[in-house]
Amino acid sequence: MNRNDAKNVEELAAIARQGRLKVIETVTSSKAGHVGGPLSAMDLMVALYFHQMNIDPAEPANPDRDRFILSKGHCAIGLYSVLALRGYFPVEELATFDHGDSRLQGHPDMKLTPGVDSSTGSLGQGLSAASGMAIAAKKLGKDFHTWVVLGDGEIEEGMVWETVICAPRYGLDNLTAIVDLNGLQQYGWPASATDRFDRSEPMGHVDLPAVFRGFGWNTIEIDGHDYGEILAAYDEAESYRGASGKPTAIIASTIKGYGLSYTQATFKWHNGVPTPEQLATARHELGDAIDISDTDKAEALA
Amino acid sequence: MKAQRVVWGETLTKLAETDDRILVIDGDLASSTRADIFAEAHPDRFIQAGIAEQNMVGMAFGMSTLGFRPWLSSFGVFLTNRALDQVRMLVSQTKAPVRLAAAYSGLLNGASGKTHQDLEDLAVMRALPNMTVLAPADEHELRAVIEWAANYDGPVYLRLARDAVTEVFDETYEFVMGAPVSLAEGNDAVVVSTGVQTSRTVDALDQLRAQGRSFAHVHLPTLKPVDTDALSALIGDARQIFTVEEHSVVGGLGDLVSEVVTSRGLGARLDRIGLADGWAESGPNDFLLEKYGLSAEKVAARVLAGLEVLAPA
Repeated sequence: MNRNDAKNVEELAAIARQGRLKVIETVTSSKAGHVGGPLSAMDLMVALYFHQMNIDPAEPANPDRDRFILSKGHCAIGLYSVLALRGYFPVEELATFDHGDSRLQGHPDMKLTPGVDSSTGSLGQGLSAASGMAIAAKKLGKDFHTWVVLGDGEIEEGMVWETVICAPRYGLDNLTAIVDLNGLQQYGWPASATDRFDRSEPMGHVDLPAVFRGFGWNTIEIDGHDYGEILAAYDEAESYRGASGKPTAIIASTIKGYGLSYTQATFKWHNGVPTPEQLATARHELGDAIDISDTDKAEALA
Repeated sequence: MKAQRVVWGETLTKLAETDDRILVIDGDLASSTRADIFAEAHPDRFIQAGIAEQNMVGMAFGMSTLGFRPWLSSFGVFLTNRALDQVRMLVSQTKAPVRLAAAYSGLLNGASGKTHQDLEDLAVMRALPNMTVLAPADEHELRAVIEWAANYDGPVYLRLARDAVTEVFDETYEFVMGAPVSLAEGNDAVVVSTGVQTSRTVDALDQLRAQGRSFAHVHLPTLKPVDTDALSALIGDARQIFTVEEHSVVGGLGDLVSEVVTSRGLGARLDRIGLADGWAESGPNDFLLEKYGLSAEKVAARVLAGLEVLAPA
């Protein structure tokens, strides 16, 4: 299997800009989809798919591959953009997102989309599914890692905590939960009594790392847009596999809608369809696309 | 005469000796559901999930993606209701080979009462795409059903009774998924029953035969998918049908048979014998069967009353 396709932090950041632009272009053309969540989680997913995970787009069903579950399935277009750029299916196919007869459903469908390891959509279920994969790996003596991205709004779902309390009992150090802590959810709670559009962080009152530690998890806190911190956290999480006997939670502080001036740090772009002018702005701000001619990825994209 | 929960634990334990894919995930009810039989024999294949049914389903789905065929063991009511969204999204949608072993199904649950009585499970599970819904009549049919399910690559819902019933079949019984089972032929009406209520229905019809009546009796161990051609043939040109189930009259066997009768224009009158659309209560088995109309005597009385409608004495 190939890995480490992206060689440095600058290259990863450039791929992520491309991924963000694909999200905006696709949502614009499909006239549907989520924006804020895919953009906040983009760096976390690009670092997994272009650097960290032991995967091969040519063998999406390899039994020894690392697994990834996007538990917050409504951010599907973010995952699809990453999968397409990574070579699981043609980038042009993104244009079929949310269309009839498409392999790219509004929420990920593992039976349709190459590279999707679990169907998701109803929130709170991905970590549990991942814990099953991690237990199965232990039982079969397989040495792969299972990664999950959860939203900070999503972890309001009770089922998440059923898994959080259970996974350490089975020593699942091959499981890493990444919480995309972007501080906003679809509508949430107002932060001020006077400004309805000033929303507060869903987990603003919760000491999330302490909570995970209290349940018996390793915890790592990072800036979810800083590739140095992301890659270091992923390496640390992998170093626990077969060693710590505990699952790992990475609490990644992010900005909802990150990377694009008008979508950043607002709940109003949880979902929405950019205007032609806004699409042009996105192309201007995100358009300094990476020259991929010298990467392994060029071949996959050809 | 052996309780289904015991037979379930014993049969899975035996199958697991030669089938590495079998696991049991328990929702901390093993000593009730008799998953403890499996746990003692195969401790490395038994996973205690704690009191967390939603996570049980997620774990089972995840394990199934690596080739396991996990059996989830809990009281049926928690699998079909509390964890329904998980069963729907992760199991039904993906056609994962996860088995829901629904213990203490129906009305008779050891006096736990209405919170634990799952009287809607067949309606709920029948509505899920890809789900195979099974309700065996006795210990012999259960063994055959488990052996079939162990080799089936898809989701299975298995309705299990807490307490033993009089045997309907013997050890020579062979299960054919989807096929109705003809237990008797007769002229006065066709009686269709499912699950362990079939055993009590056999008793009811025996009582009526002693009074000179004659009935066709069809047992339906599979509520989805159903060989409706075969069921329709067994109903034939009967003018009166009775369905008998330890389940709500909404959405279960009665509605299933009704769908066949109406869609094929069979023209029979149908009486649904089951739990009225309401809540039951705690109590001993005999009390509950009598009060809620599912004892052999009560079923016989309902059948006689139904016959009076078309042919008044």
